[in-house]
Amino acid sequence: MAEVHAEAVHRHEAPKSFIRRYIFSLDHKVIGIQYWFLALFSVFVGMILSVFIRIHLIAPQAKIPFLDKLSPVGAPGGVITPEYYLALLTLHGTIMVFFVLTTAPQSGFGNYILPIQIGAEDMAFPRLNMLSFWVTFVALVVIMATFFVADGPPISGWTAYPPLSAVGGAAGPGQALGQNLWILSIALFCVASLLGALNFIATTIDLRARGLSLLRLPLTCWSWFITAILALLSFAVLLAAGVLLLLDRVGGTSFFVPGGLIVSDKIINHAGGSPLLWQHLFWFFGHPEVYIAILPGMGVTSHIVSTFARKPIFGYKAMVVAMGAIGFLGFVVWGHHMFMSGMSPYSGFAFSVLTMAIGVPSAIKTFNWLGTILGGKLRFPTAMLFALGFVSLFVSGGLSGIFLGQAPVDIQFHDTYFVVAHFHLIMGVAAIFGIFAGTFFWFPKMFGRMMNETLGKIHFWVTFVGVYMIFMPMHFLGIVGHPRRYSELTGFEFLKPLTGVHDFISHAAFLTAAVQLVFLFNVFWSMFKGRKASDNPWEATTLEWTVPSPPPHDNFAGKHPVVHHGAYEFSVPGAEKDYIMQDSPEKGSAGH
Amino acid sequence: MGTTTLTKPDRDSLAGDTGRNGGGFRRNDFGGGDSGGAREWRVPMRTYRTGMWLGLAGIVMLFAAFTSALIVRKGLGENWGSTPIPHVLWLNTLVLIASSATLEVSRRALARRLSIRFTGWLYATTVLGLVFLAGQVAAWRELAARGFYLATNTSASFLYLLTAAHGVHLLGGIMALAYLAMRAPAIATGRQRRTAVDVTAIYWHFMDGLWIYILILLLTRL
Repeated sequence: MAEVHAEAVHRHEAPKSFIRRYIFSLDHKVIGIQYWFLALFSVFVGMILSVFIRIHLIAPQAKIPFLDKLSPVGAPGGVITPEYYLALLTLHGTIMVFFVLTTAPQSGFGNYILPIQIGAEDMAFPRLNMLSFWVTFVALVVIMATFFVADGPPISGWTAYPPLSAVGGAAGPGQALGQNLWILSIALFCVASLLGALNFIATTIDLRARGLSLLRLPLTCWSWFITAILALLSFAVLLAAGVLLLLDRVGGTSFFVPGGLIVSDKIINHAGGSPLLWQHLFWFFGHPEVYIAILPGMGVTSHIVSTFARKPIFGYKAMVVAMGAIGFLGFVVWGHHMFMSGMSPYSGFAFSVLTMAIGVPSAIKTFNWLGTILGGKLRFPTAMLFALGFVSLFVSGGLSGIFLGQAPVDIQFHDTYFVVAHFHLIMGVAAIFGIFAGTFFWFPKMFGRMMNETLGKIHFWVTFVGVYMIFMPMHFLGIVGHPRRYSELTGFEFLKPLTGVHDFISHAAFLTAAVQLVFLFNVFWSMFKGRKASDNPWEATTLEWTVPSPPPHDNFAGKHPVVHHGAYEFSVPGAEKDYIMQDSPEKGSAGH
Repeated sequence: MGTTTLTKPDRDSLAGDTGRNGGGFRRNDFGGGDSGGAREWRVPMRTYRTGMWLGLAGIVMLFAAFTSALIVRKGLGENWGSTPIPHVLWLNTLVLIASSATLEVSRRALARRLSIRFTGWLYATTVLGLVFLAGQVAAWRELAARGFYLATNTSASFLYLLTAAHGVHLLGGIMALAYLAMRAPAIATGRQRRTAVDVTAIYWHFMDGLWIYILILLLTRL
């Protein structure tokens, strides 16, 4: 018996010192919360950057108070130079995509909730988990450092296209040390993500409780599992690209930098590299990356919508297959970011067809969410509002993707505000709503207290209306041909009639940014003063709601849960209540 | 997987738990707090293997990306040039294959509880790994002596890149082997699990295979 069930014994005693409990903790719950706070800090930095961007677009000569102290070169007298504008948007994108959307939904909530939802005491490799967080933390410190170095942050965009990103200081401020630090930060982030992904996959495969078959897994767990597979396979490619870029910059190699370049009157001594190579490598990572950002939000939405409609999720298996299809197809569509790069129209056609194919599983998921809501006994706590908001914004953002996915249409839309509208609606709002939904849903479990519902609803409605006011007009800007990443709009005749649109967008942005302070207040106030939470305040069915709020150190107080039901047994005919917990010995099934 | 509790959690610790319910930010520990006493946390042995194979999947993608970069760059850009393959690389290959063999001898000795043989062949593997790395450095020096540096031409860049990337990963493997060698007595007598050895062996053999792949890639594509 001992050989057959040979198992490792981790000494997982509850730690005693402050450092071991809150700083260098092996506990997945602490690590999940650390990631969540890291993302919270990052999103506020990213949001402040976006406010600077929106101020500058409507008032290019505006003097922004402390900016001249931060960067005397980039913002002399507080007025943002065109180069500094690019620096701000580079870090806005980098921080938001990596340190918010790739951390909170997966490493934040996934780390906290996955082990509990599968009935485990921790992740498979707690030390690797801790290492992943702290490497991510160092990566954040490095990227933040670019604000404070002499030349400032890089200006090449979060996409860091060579030759601009590869030729060093000649290309502009921030392109020397700033760009090197950017590469270092991203490389560290890649390593942390790879280790984290490994942990998630091994945990989901091997540590499920007895009775928890794959088809009884909550959709949140499926989303984290598929996301982790995407991360494992894609981040290594970004790491490779980063190494090659660094070698071009400091090693004199010519992977990406073509020969014969003269930049700012300086001869660039490289020979024969291909900037297109970077685009292929970057976007091979970049496309799965955006699915990494959205899939956990889909899992959370499915979970929350089912819980608060008091109905099993419509089409559970289809939801799983759809997420798998989205994940798989996500690897073969990277060329749709490169339609304007000079590729063969046949390649364009192939990428275009595959891109539109992703619309199918996405639509399946959307209809299934609607099918879950239809006929449900709906409840509307803030978590549900954000989950429904996710569905709305996923549709809005996703539809513009179908336009962009057609190569001929993209001739007009590439590098315009149409693209900006698309990815902000889908990532900058829908995925963020997924994070909000998860926060309002799991806050009671994580902190033992309820968040304030009134503040939550105010925050939701103003944000929901606000983001539509910000990003819907951008589609029109794009259709007209308004380029993205332009710091000054004043020099172009055809843009002059659009200044009113920009005014509207910026003011909507200021309002929406301001109301996020309501959320921030709600979070911290509720942590100390919120109403105490019971084990299962939402009457949900999954295993995290069978343990106290917050859970004990080993999650299940020494017990090993046994699962008897699927994850969405709501309103089962003949059942005692309108929900059956997954570990309940009660018989009955919703038969989904 | 163990599903039954071996010890009943004692009353005091449970009472301690409920006392912490909803204790708020100050009093709760995000759940990281003390639930009383040591709990034995069981992770199945096969999970370590799963983890290692997953890690290898990531490493495969890294070298797949480098391979793709090589092929695309050779097709798209200029200044590819040509680079001679240093002869010492053949010797290094034999050394690495030998190290895989010695590792297997070591593992089989462990299975038969032959402690001294296990430890000895483990040290032999570590030494061979170090010899391989020294040989790689020798290869680079030979290239430099013949005027082929990192940036001389792009084929040379890829040769340095691929051998260095492999070398860095192999160094990690050597550190794991060294750690195991130091722990060998405890492992051999069964006081520590064998899984660490098995998992390191998977990694090491993979590095061996990866090297052969890289060599073939360099021979055919450089």
